[in-house]
Formats: sequence, structure tokens, C-alpha cells
Amino acid sequence: MKNEPVIDVRNVHKSFKNVYAVKGIDFKIFKGQSVALLGPNGAGKTTLMEMIEGIQKPDTGDIFINGRKWKGNERDLHRIIGLSLQETRFIDRLTVTETLKLFAAFYELGQARVDEITRIIGLDEKTRSYVVNLSGGQRQRLALGIALLNNPQILLLDEPTTGLDPNARREIWSILGSLKKHSQTSLVLTTHYMEEAERLCERIIIIDKGQILKQGTLAQLVEENNGDKVIEFAIEESGTAIHRQRLESEFQIVWDDNGDKGFITLSRIENQLPEFLNVLNRNNLRLRHLECRRKTLDDVFTSMTGRRLSE
Amino acid sequence: MNKADRWIHQKQLIQLISAHFKEVTRQPAVIFWGIIFPILMALGLGIAFTRQPDIVRHVAVIEENADKSAEIAENEKTESLIDHFLETHASKTAGSDGRPPQYKITLTDEKLGNTTFIFTKTDWRHAMVRLKRGNIGIIMDEKNGRIQYHFDPSNTDAHFSYLKLSKIFNPNSAPYEVTSDQETPDQKSVSVRPLTVPGTRYIDFLVPGLMAMGIMMSCMWGMSYGMIDKRAKKLLRRMVATPMKKSYFLISLMTVRIAMNLIECTLLFFVAWLVFNITIQGSVAGLLAIFLAGNIAFGGIAIFISCRTDNTEIGNGLVNAVVMPMMVLSGVFFSYHNFPDWSIPFIQKLPLTLLTDGLRSIFIEGAGFAGVMFPTAVLLSIGICFFSVGLRFFRWH
Repeated sequence: MKNEPVIDVRNVHKSFKNVYAVKGIDFKIFKGQSVALLGPNGAGKTTLMEMIEGIQKPDTGDIFINGRKWKGNERDLHRIIGLSLQETRFIDRLTVTETLKLFAAFYELGQARVDEITRIIGLDEKTRSYVVNLSGGQRQRLALGIALLNNPQILLLDEPTTGLDPNARREIWSILGSLKKHSQTSLVLTTHYMEEAERLCERIIIIDKGQILKQGTLAQLVEENNGDKVIEFAIEESGTAIHRQRLESEFQIVWDDNGDKGFITLSRIENQLPEFLNVLNRNNLRLRHLECRRKTLDDVFTSMTGRRLSE
Repeated sequence: MNKADRWIHQKQLIQLISAHFKEVTRQPAVIFWGIIFPILMALGLGIAFTRQPDIVRHVAVIEENADKSAEIAENEKTESLIDHFLETHASKTAGSDGRPPQYKITLTDEKLGNTTFIFTKTDWRHAMVRLKRGNIGIIMDEKNGRIQYHFDPSNTDAHFSYLKLSKIFNPNSAPYEVTSDQETPDQKSVSVRPLTVPGTRYIDFLVPGLMAMGIMMSCMWGMSYGMIDKRAKKLLRRMVATPMKKSYFLISLMTVRIAMNLIECTLLFFVAWLVFNITIQGSVAGLLAIFLAGNIAFGGIAIFISCRTDNTEIGNGLVNAVVMPMMVLSGVFFSYHNFPDWSIPFIQKLPLTLLTDGLRSIFIEGAGFAGVMFPTAVLLSIGICFFSVGLRFFRWH
């Protein structure tokens, strides 16, 4: 039983009127794993998520939750899944406690669980506030609280921190962090924040244009290819093709879409940086901008697509 | 289903009802528009239409010799009957700026309200223009010593004027009391007994109509808007991602509506009873039955029309498309019997007409439970049909 995946997505396709949203995606998620579906807006993350949640049906392909399909098993599957949708709004003039109680009733849970959840999401002082008066971060924590009510085996979060300020985001992360520590819940979340994926998930699936670009642990993704460091630079008069050619003969450079910024991925920065500067010198190129740093998921994404995740 | 399961399901339903009830009652505007506004409307309309205002009617009197010179007229004829009557019995106001003088006669009647006739002397051409413009309804002239009345026989208002005028000018038949400076030719007065028993006033007609309209409006707007809004907010989608029973969601919405409508109608009746002393002449059980059936009918229609869209503007259009024709046709404010005969059977089958007529039959005609069985059954079936179809096609996502 241990090897049976809790979520098994098999060659799933989905298109809408004008959009081919998901073009053949496969993956398995095992018990206790945390997986991030990382990709820019419009990558097909939400559509994929909604198919896992049973809200959308795949055109072709299958999705198994605990070895079962959605059809005919809705009521049972709803009991073991907790989810938060992208931007759900609850009933404006219901208090935090009343909202939790309403959803608790759907799961046959009582006041004790409501109190427990209120503590977990840190809304103890807001129990009597109307939902409409909560801040964005508090509302998102309430949505997370509702997702956690039934102690789900599988937790599906669609962009849990999009649009939140850094503080509110960190609060959500810490709730999810402690959940991971104390339970065997399998977590799938979609995000376009690489930091979120890095922090919360041991496995990351990068999705773009309805397909999986790459997947693996953070270390695997970052260290694959030529190393885990990055030089990001911009040169004056970078627009001329000759300059580019001269540089490209020595280094593997990825230019960003505007063509004014270049990225070089390397593993031994202490040797390669002086070399890079030498090349510039020899060619009489002057730097306008230079930055050396650890490679991020954003860089991985950029090196593969020429675009940035946050675009 | 064992006992524990049943309790759990009831708990779902109770929580849903409680949540929806709070959602509705915590909007102060809902209380105003849903409950106080209909009462104000009943008071306003009731007072406006129940007290008889003075009726003022204009009458044109043709001067045969308007275009002849005064001398010739003097020679040809003695003073006409109408002139004589007006000179002796009416109060005369001199016309300013060369306009002809006006004569005023007021018939006082405490029971039916006063009627004032204002007579203006004019010629045929002007009289016809004023008649066509609707300024006057009746024209009087005199031929061979007899008074003639000219009016459109299909104009009931002119008929009314004719009947009254003919009695003043022909006092021997059945004279009214005429108040003017002089005494009436004949003081013999005929007593008029207007019908003022409860149930025949406009307010008695209006209150059941307002109740029916309130039920329709509250169900259609309240429920449709609530569902569409929750769909747009993705709250429906979130709710059905739990083991919630879908039908409970809709049943709870309807339950809350019925409760709100019951409060609204009760208050409306209470105020109308206090102010206008209206009564329920028929069966209270029948009243409750048709009230419930009406709620279920409009609740079902509301669920049906809002079962797909997530756009509140489309929802507004759909609700209007259902509500507006019935508001006009179903005789909430005025009897639908003024519509052409061929349309009456159709109008009578509209849900709002069924509800309005049913409520009225109990309030003012004293119908019993059996009397409203038919409309109740029809309304119930309408509700159940639309509810089932709506639930079948309901878009939760």
C-alpha cells in the first residue's frame, strides 16, 4: 500500500473554447509529500488543480485519488480532501466562527474543531468579526482554516498567497510549515512564487503552457546543467549583434526577452567571474549592471523559456 | 439512515438556514426595503385611494348666439333654460382677460364625496377642441327648449357627468342636494346608500395584492441574487467541494425566504388592520396554504432562472423578464378585468394572478380552505417543477 500514490494524474488533457489549457500531464504524488505546481499565470495550473479537485473533468486521461476516480465517489473523496480555491469569498456578514461552524457542519464536526482551527489559523481575536471586515491575509487564513477543518489526507491549495503582502504570506507559510511537521497530509499547491515552492515543498513541478517543463527537488532543479550560480548582467550598447556574438563565443548566455539583460549559469563562480570580466575588457564592453547570486527557480524557468515566472 | 446520520443532516440544514438567515437580516437595507417599504406603500396608496377626493368636472355650454350680436339675440329669444338655471343656482366667476365667465355648482355628499361642475360658455368649435383634448367630457346645448347632452357613450366618466347633470337640470326626476347661494328648485332629496362594508374599499383590494407582490419580489430578487452572487464569488463551488447536501443548500435558501415573507406579510397585515381595520374574512388555514404555495412557486422559479448564470446583470434581466409582465398584468394594484376579454384566461393562469386572486378570495371574499385548493395546488406544482428542473441544471461551479 505504501507505494500507491494518493494522487495519480495520467496523461491529462483539457481544452476550453479557445484555450488548450492542459496538454498531457503525468505525475504521481505519494502520502505525506508536498508538491508545488510552479508556473507563470496562464500556465494551466488552476485547470490542473480543478481537475484534481473534481471540479473540472479532463477531456482525456485519468485522475485517481487514493486509487479511485471522481465519478461516483464524490461524497467519499470530499471527505478526505481539503481545498482552498483561488480567491474564494465567503458570506460577507457572517462572523469567522459562524463561517467555520457552517463548514464544520458539512463535515459533521462540532464546536471543538472550530475552536481548534481558529487557534491554528491565528484568528482567535477575530472570531466575532464579519468576514467582510477581515484583511486579505486574514481572509486567506480563514480559507485555509476551512480547508483544514476535516483534517484532510490531501490538501489542495490554489495560489494560497497570491496578492498578499510579505507578512501575511509568511503567516500562511508558517501555518503550513507546522502542519507538515505534525501530520501526514499530502499537500499540493500552485504558485508563481518560487520562494513559496522552495519553502513549502520538497518536490516542484514546473509547468508552462499546459505542459511539465521539469520536475524534481529544489536541489535537482537548480543544480542540473552547469551549476547553481548565476551571473546576471547588462552591458552598454548591448543591442548590437556583434557584442552578443563575441560574448556568446565564450559563454553560454541566455538573454531575456528585451535583449538587454543576460544570464550565465555556472558552478565555479570564483574562477569564471574573472574570466567573464576579462572577456568584456578584451572586447571593450562596459558593464551597466552586474549581479552574482545563487540560482533560483526563476532562473531555471528563464533559462528554459526566456520568460520570468512573475510575468 | 440511522438516527445519528439523520441528526447530522439536520445539523447541516440548520447551519445553512442559520447562515442564510443571518446573511439576510444583517443587511439593514433588507429590513427597510423588504418589510418597511411595503407597509409604507400600503399606507400611502391606501390613504390616497380610500379617501374620496372632490371630483371636478368641466362642462362646456354652447351659446347658440355666440356669434350673433347681442341685440339680435335679445330680440329673438328669451333667456335659455341653461342660462337661467346657472344664473339662479350657480356661483359665477367673471372671466378675466376677455374670457367667458364660469359657473360653478358643487354637489355635496359626505358619503360619496363632493362633485363640482364647472360650466364654461363657448361655441361648438372650441367645445370640440376641448373635448378632443380631454379637458371636458361633456357638452351641453339647448334646442327647442330642451337640454341636450353630447358625449362619447363609451366614456364612463362622461356617463357619470351626464347622470348627475341630468338630475340637476331635470329636478323632478330625482334631485340631488345642490348647494349654491340659492335654494334648489326642489328640496326633495333622495338618499343614496354607498357600499362601505369592509372588503369593498380599495385598501381591502390592495393589501392582498401587495402581499402577493412582496412574496414574488422577495423570492425572485432575494433568492436569484443570492445564488448568482455566491456563484460569482465561487462560494457555491467551495461549498459543493464538501460533503454538503446540494438540495439542502436550496431548501435553506427557500426556508429563509419564506420566514422573511411571513414576517413581512404579518407586519403588513397588522399595520393595515390598525390603520384601515382590514380583516381576514375567510379561512386562515387556507391563507397559510396559499401563502406557502406562492412562496414555493416563486422560489422554484427563482432557482430555475438563476440556475446557470454567474453574472448578476444577466440575473437582473432574467428576473425583470419574469417579474415585469406579471406586475403589469396580474392585477396587483388594479383589477386585470380592464384588459381585453381574450387575454383574461391567460392572465388568470399567471402565478402572480393565482396568488393574488387566492389571497384576495380569502381576505375579502371570505373563501374557505377548499376555495383556495385549486390555486394552491397549481402554485405548488409550478414551484416543484421549476425547482426540480432548476436543481437538475444547477451550475455549482
